[in-house]
Amino acid sequence: MISIQNVNKWYGDFQVLTNCSTEVQKGEVVVVCGPSGSGKSTLIKCVNALEPFQQGDIVVDGTSIASPKTNLPRLRSRVGMVFQHFELFPHLTITENLTIAQIKVLGRSKDEATQKGLALLDRVGLAAHAHKHPGQLSGGQQQRVAIARALAMDPVVMLFDEPTSALDPEMVNEVLDVMVQLAQEGMTMMCVTHEMGFARKVADRVIFMDRGQIVEDCTKDTFFGDINGRSDRAQQFLAKILQH
Amino acid sequence: MNYNWNWGVFFQSTGIGSEIYLDWFVTGLGWTIAISLVGWLIALVLGSLLGVMRTVPNRLLATIATTYVEIFRNVPLLVQLFLWYFLVPDLLPEPLEMWFKQDLSPAASAYLSVVVCLGLFTAARVCEQVRTGIQALPKGQLNAGYALGFTLPQVYTTVLLPQAFRIIIPPLTSEFLNIFKNSSVASLIGLMELLAQTKQTAEFSANLFEAFTLATLIYFVLNMSLMMIMRWIEKRVAVPGLISVGGK
Ligand SMILES: Nc1ncnc2c1ncn2[C@@H]1O[C@H](COP(=O)(O)OP(=O)(O)OP(=O)(O)O)[C@@H](O)[C@H]1O
Ligand SMILES: [Mg+2]
Repeated sequence: MISIQNVNKWYGDFQVLTNCSTEVQKGEVVVVCGPSGSGKSTLIKCVNALEPFQQGDIVVDGTSIASPKTNLPRLRSRVGMVFQHFELFPHLTITENLTIAQIKVLGRSKDEATQKGLALLDRVGLAAHAHKHPGQLSGGQQQRVAIARALAMDPVVMLFDEPTSALDPEMVNEVLDVMVQLAQEGMTMMCVTHEMGFARKVADRVIFMDRGQIVEDCTKDTFFGDINGRSDRAQQFLAKILQH
Repeated sequence: MNYNWNWGVFFQSTGIGSEIYLDWFVTGLGWTIAISLVGWLIALVLGSLLGVMRTVPNRLLATIATTYVEIFRNVPLLVQLFLWYFLVPDLLPEPLEMWFKQDLSPAASAYLSVVVCLGLFTAARVCEQVRTGIQALPKGQLNAGYALGFTLPQVYTTVLLPQAFRIIIPPLTSEFLNIFKNSSVASLIGLMELLAQTKQTAEFSANLFEAFTLATLIYFVLNMSLMMIMRWIEKRVAVPGLISVGGK
């Protein structure tokens, strides 16, 4: 579903991504972790072409991002993305947030889009809030709306960039629950997160990044089960976050 | 001060036709509004376009808009008006020049000059407000728009501009009021807007103080009404939780 092939990216002289390669199969859930500044967000943003890269290629569902012929808006409309800071559109109601891209990008009718949006809103447990604006919802609720908004586009894959790290602790679970359910339904997911409980529960594979490189890329069982077999850097990282 | 106030002067005949002095003020106010509203329309449309140009990922467009702003903000308004009225017509192609100088009535050619002048001058200022508004938005909004499959123009029209305009209503209001105040420069090229009518009344009737008091009052009431209209618009489009620049 996603094939990342030898991606290199620089900001000026600074190399953010170095020879990154990995595959995400259909239905697979891959968790990406690593210390701050290791390039996780950059990598995941490359997958839907929010960040350009200078070398290598990423192929999403058969479409090459590096190819100049690729219609990037079209590609992105098939890749759902959830951000750390939700990024709902504050001037639009929840219903409009859920329907605007369906209407303007996919060309669905307003009725069809609304029906779809409200069904998804119900699924994330927020049907009662359809008429409100994002500013009237809690962080956890906004993030659940953001997930519904991405799902409304019928994406072939969902990308998450630290979806719970801007949330108050008591709201983390309501968002993780939605993500777990999504994973169990077979959605292809690539999640940057430090929620190791989530990784243990639903991840198929774990990728560990450090200084722009993919240092570990193994199954969940290997990653958590055979800690001594991991690189020093991964061990240090795990020791740090598992303490909390 | 030994001055004989005569507020009745506004209802006295001007000696020209059957006009009373109040008629002059009404005509003047009409011109002032006609200059300002049309000028504002130009400023808003062009300024928004320039503001967008300054923020899009395209060097050339950004440079064009920046240059525009630098020129129109740094040349004094009066100089710009004289250029538009006295110089630019001479640079036009022959038929246009003839049309401007011979076919148009003196009032029409002055009106055209001042509207273009104020519109383009104010556009530079609107541009800066629009740019500030767009740049005040979190960068994630652009990415969120892109991530849903919007094209760049769609991101601007559906995500960025509706938010940017809401947060810049207060500074835009002061630009809107400024254009009304600046419209008085038209009197310098002979257009009989409010200030010119006031001066004329003062000269004809010798009731200088009354004339200028009335003019002050009209400008004041006009500005207060405009401010109230803008406040009302601001309230109407207000959205819970949206940031605001330039204070509440
Ligand atoms: N626009 C930019 N220009 C220059 N350097 C950048 C830019 N964006 C990110 N970087 C740098 O690239 C590196 C990787 O950033 P990235 O945001 O991908 O890290 P991350 O792994 O997501 O970290 P975090 O856990 O803090 O989110 C960092 O060192 C960051 O400072
Ligand atoms: Mg990050």
